[in-house]
Amino acid sequence: MAAAGGERGRTSFQRRPGAGPRPSALPGTRPSVRHGQLLLSSGLPSLDCVLGGGVAVGTLLLIEEDKYGLYSNLLFKYFLAEGIVCGHDLFVASAKEHPDNILKELPAPLLDDSYRKELGDEAAAVKSEDFQDSMKIAWRYQNLPKIETSPTTYTKFGHYYDVSKKMSPELCQSVKLHSFYLHEELPFEPKMKTWNMNNGYARLLQSIQRIISQGGFDGSDPQKKQRNVLRIGIQSLGSILWGDDVCCSDAPEDPQSLTKFLYVLRGLLRKSLSACIITVPAHLIQNKAIMERVTNLSDMVVGLESFIGSERETNPLYKDYHGLVHVHQIPRLNSLICDVSDTKDLAFRLKRKQFTIERLHLPPDLSDTVSRASKQDLAGSAKLLSSGCGAMAIGKKHLDF
Amino acid sequence: MRSTAALPALRGPSAPPAMFAELNELLGASPERPDAGKFTLLRDTRTDGSFLVHHFLSFYLRAGCKVCFVALLQSFSHYSIVAQKLGVSLAAAKERGQLVFLEGLKSCLDLLFGEEEQPGQPSPLQFLSGSPCDLRALFDFVRVSLSATGGDSWKGPVLLVDDLSVLLSLGAAPVAVLDFIHYCRVCVCCQLKGNIVVLVHSNEDSEDEENELVVNSLCHHSDLILWAEGLATGFCKDVHGQITIIKRLSLRQAAEQDLVQIYQYKIQDRNVTFFARGLSAAVL
Repeated sequence: MAAAGGERGRTSFQRRPGAGPRPSALPGTRPSVRHGQLLLSSGLPSLDCVLGGGVAVGTLLLIEEDKYGLYSNLLFKYFLAEGIVCGHDLFVASAKEHPDNILKELPAPLLDDSYRKELGDEAAAVKSEDFQDSMKIAWRYQNLPKIETSPTTYTKFGHYYDVSKKMSPELCQSVKLHSFYLHEELPFEPKMKTWNMNNGYARLLQSIQRIISQGGFDGSDPQKKQRNVLRIGIQSLGSILWGDDVCCSDAPEDPQSLTKFLYVLRGLLRKSLSACIITVPAHLIQNKAIMERVTNLSDMVVGLESFIGSERETNPLYKDYHGLVHVHQIPRLNSLICDVSDTKDLAFRLKRKQFTIERLHLPPDLSDTVSRASKQDLAGSAKLLSSGCGAMAIGKKHLDF
Repeated sequence: MRSTAALPALRGPSAPPAMFAELNELLGASPERPDAGKFTLLRDTRTDGSFLVHHFLSFYLRAGCKVCFVALLQSFSHYSIVAQKLGVSLAAAKERGQLVFLEGLKSCLDLLFGEEEQPGQPSPLQFLSGSPCDLRALFDFVRVSLSATGGDSWKGPVLLVDDLSVLLSLGAAPVAVLDFIHYCRVCVCCQLKGNIVVLVHSNEDSEDEENELVVNSLCHHSDLILWAEGLATGFCKDVHGQITIIKRLSLRQAAEQDLVQIYQYKIQDRNVTFFARGLSAAVL
């Protein structure tokens, strides 16, 4: 990891002389209060909050896909869109959808006007000139020089996005993009045969490694050049399109490929200035043991459970929400404890423009004749929800204290 | 030992605890006279037991033992920053030659992406890249790093592994893992009169049969088992879990009963407090 530990014999208030540009100068990042690691936003401020402030540099966020992959795909796109707005480099890997198509579908950011101008919106500039001419009331201010927009808007941490609009192609092209589409990759180099790993995964690892070492994201080699952050997104890892059979059978032929891949990826992430989001079709993986090992090798694990197709879709108690969020794992980075949010009962909702994660609330009980059955049902599911972060509630009769 | 004598003077009165003092009391251990020839199993279920690894790492470093730390799960800087919070410097220990640190994440990258390796020095994680599927290279690494060379005067050697379940994820067969541990026991515990501390994950309802095989077999051979479990009733802010301490007296003397103690614990920034079940400060 890139962050250095506290040094001895020097108070933390002193500025380190000659330490060079501080890492927080990177756009779209901020240091964590708890462990000093740089944090990135996941593109969804409400998710950042659940994850203890954001996604730390050098860590892996694993999203367990909902049944139809609708909402997990949205989180995936939020993560990439946030990277574009912050000017980070992107690496998008997929075996299903072409990375270029994924990038065309990114949601448009909801930005303040000052930032819009900064992006070089010509039309806005023209409009502001018209506006100056027609200034009737506060004419005194007409001749004042235009205020330089502060860089804080640019480096702001976490943005909101409008899912009903698509990001403009000019904005997309403003960042460096590396894409990996499994079916377009060149055949495998013979040297890599000895890896004992699924071909697709090995090629993906090699490609990530090449970009990290050539693009200057390697945290271990010192260099003067201005650094940037690499955001890696891998879609539907473990699905059959990657040539993996963990989704097809209970006893797959090669159960270790996925975990090996994650281990090497963890190593690559830890030594570089990057963060990764992976979506995994967890509901398709038959063998629970594999999913447990995958969880142990990831840093953050968030599961999405949508109500589509389940009976909860029509349940009046859940009418405000589209699904539930299960936070399975929060990392302990550089400390003994982790940032666990107070509440485990989380639900998500897709509004007209925005996707949000919020605390699960019951709707007010207004009617006189409440069906007790549904209340019981909710009580049961609330109990299920309160499990999380490794602690699973088992048994109704058990009493800890 | 020179290290233990030098450290307290440097730290001053307000120094952080070197390890979790309460846990030492429960175990009847003290860094002044560490045990010899003991195999300790750390086991976690539905929670993260890594705080125990940090405890034993700082405990043995403070005790002046030579430590070989096979760290498969996290990077060196993570362990080093946590150890600093507990008042031990890993970088200094490494320089003194007291600590041999195998950073699994790094050496697997060196193995896969590095240049052609030297024929004389195989990587400890050689099994990743195929041909010999056993953990012989890893064992050789442990043996070489812990075998006494004339110059240093450290107390009994210690092998620490975080965590063994990763080896299974990396494709080692359960039998190979058990073989590795057996060889280590013979070498470190019996020949060198040292200690072994190993962390494993376990979860009864996970259906991970390979892992269960390893855990069960290790439980039978351990002198001491520390089993951290998440609370069965779910997450709680003030009680992070329950720890079962099993002192396997029956392993040494057939007639004896195992000694089982159960406590609950709360992890703080630099310390862990232990208390009897149901007696957390938040409840009383």
